[in-house]
Amino acid sequence: MTLIADRVGQIKSSGIREFFDIAQRMEDAISLGVGEPDFVTPWSIREACIFSLEKGYTSYTSNWGLLELREMLSEKLHHDDSVYYDPEGELLITTGVSEAFDLALRAIINPGDEVIIHEPSYVSYKPCALFAGGIPVSIETEVGDEFKLRADRIEDKITEKTKAIVLNYPNNPTGATLTKKDLEQIADVANEHDLLVISDEIYGKLTYDGEHTCFSTLNGMKERTILLNGFSKAYAMTGWRIGYAAGNKDIIEAMMKIHQYTMLCTPITAQMAAVEALRCDDETAEMVYEYNRRRRLMVEGLRELGLSCFEPKGAFYTFPSIANTGLTSAEFAKRLLFEHKVVVIPGSVFGDCGEGFIRCSYAVSQYELKEALNRLGRFLVTCGVK
Amino acid sequence: MKEERKEGEILKILEEDARTSDSEIARMIGVDEEEVRSTISELEKQGIIIKYKALINYEKAGMKAVQALIELNLSPERSTGYDSVAERISKFSEVKSVRLVSGEYDLLVRVEGETMREVAYFVAEKIAPLEQVRNTVTHFLLKTYKENGEIYEEEEKGKRLAVTL
Repeated sequence: MTLIADRVGQIKSSGIREFFDIAQRMEDAISLGVGEPDFVTPWSIREACIFSLEKGYTSYTSNWGLLELREMLSEKLHHDDSVYYDPEGELLITTGVSEAFDLALRAIINPGDEVIIHEPSYVSYKPCALFAGGIPVSIETEVGDEFKLRADRIEDKITEKTKAIVLNYPNNPTGATLTKKDLEQIADVANEHDLLVISDEIYGKLTYDGEHTCFSTLNGMKERTILLNGFSKAYAMTGWRIGYAAGNKDIIEAMMKIHQYTMLCTPITAQMAAVEALRCDDETAEMVYEYNRRRRLMVEGLRELGLSCFEPKGAFYTFPSIANTGLTSAEFAKRLLFEHKVVVIPGSVFGDCGEGFIRCSYAVSQYELKEALNRLGRFLVTCGVK
Repeated sequence: MKEERKEGEILKILEEDARTSDSEIARMIGVDEEEVRSTISELEKQGIIIKYKALINYEKAGMKAVQALIELNLSPERSTGYDSVAERISKFSEVKSVRLVSGEYDLLVRVEGETMREVAYFVAEKIAPLEQVRNTVTHFLLKTYKENGEIYEEEEKGKRLAVTL
């Protein structure tokens, strides 16, 4: 008997896992490998959550999520992005964007349908497409083109099986963003070939140069877009696991059907906290300034050390090239950890075209950032760079 | 960058860490070092940046210092109101802060000394006898939890994993 289903068995466990286990356990390492804010959730949000527990809010909620939360989200989307979603039917509260992404794919993919995914990209997209019975189709983006997904590259990959395009800008791991014009060209392709777009905009608020454009606001795109977002990055609420999906009624209804039978509802405690998060919205701006300062420190610092570094315009990652060290990104990361106790993520984790790069998060304190750069500098000297 | 925004950013950075160097600030906000230097010296000249000091937890350092908050009720003077007496009190080196406040009393003064007796005597001898001071209430500080936006005994930090993708 084969123990494991083919669908799962086909997904190779990453060879880098052992390295990550060591990194997790190393006590005094400085980690630039983090994918979450370095603040704890603001006290007012934690306090509201505690209060909700004291008052006895411990039950299930509607499968869709608390109506109050959906109404507030609807208002926020309307206010921030000028796009309207009906809180009753077009919005679903999920257990993080991760669940929302899985639901979206399972709701729309028939066996053999193709999903276009740009790379380097977040590690979950491809496996989720496979779990849903779909076929991920990669498009490599390049540093020379600012890691942008280009409309003509999408057209090259379209077949009659293509069902959806996954978009993640601002991007993890590169920090790349797309301009409104770039996005409009992708929207045209989606329209012309009758495709859906799953737009993961979890880093949308963390945009440093220009404004983030919500994909649903583009001409004709609201009906075609499954917009995914959450509270993890903007409110430092990663461990709460709360996000949402917004889209056309039929798709959201289908996603709700899966959610209802698998998750039932997002934990009420996280939902109560999210309600408070939406009430105390004004801290985001200051946080963005702070990240922006660290972004500049890190980019300039990396360049000074002799690494060529693409200037990220969003999220909280830099993605410098380590090609001039002659090491693979996995070797680089391992040696940097063992010899100098700094954790970075090998770019190869995010797709083949991430080879030759490392992901360094600047969601760390300025002190740690500077110390990490010092150590990285010493390591680069031993590699013969500078 | 707009002038006001630039000044605001520089003040924010220095308030958080006064030892941040000009070159680091320049890097963080994306202007050149000379511009940072001239902006800071202008802010100093205007008295917006008053001083660069360390925030010290003396309790932890084992150096005993006694502090008290003194509420003062005053009789305002005809032409200068509370200013002249407040300025007079401010001149004592034992006095660390002087604020005019609304409510049941007028001035809130923080006094520091080596012993309780020293602080009590200082209040009795130097402050209470002033002509405009009608009465004083002294509160000795027992423990500081937070000062200048910094929590002294930081709560246990939830540990982030070193690697999250």
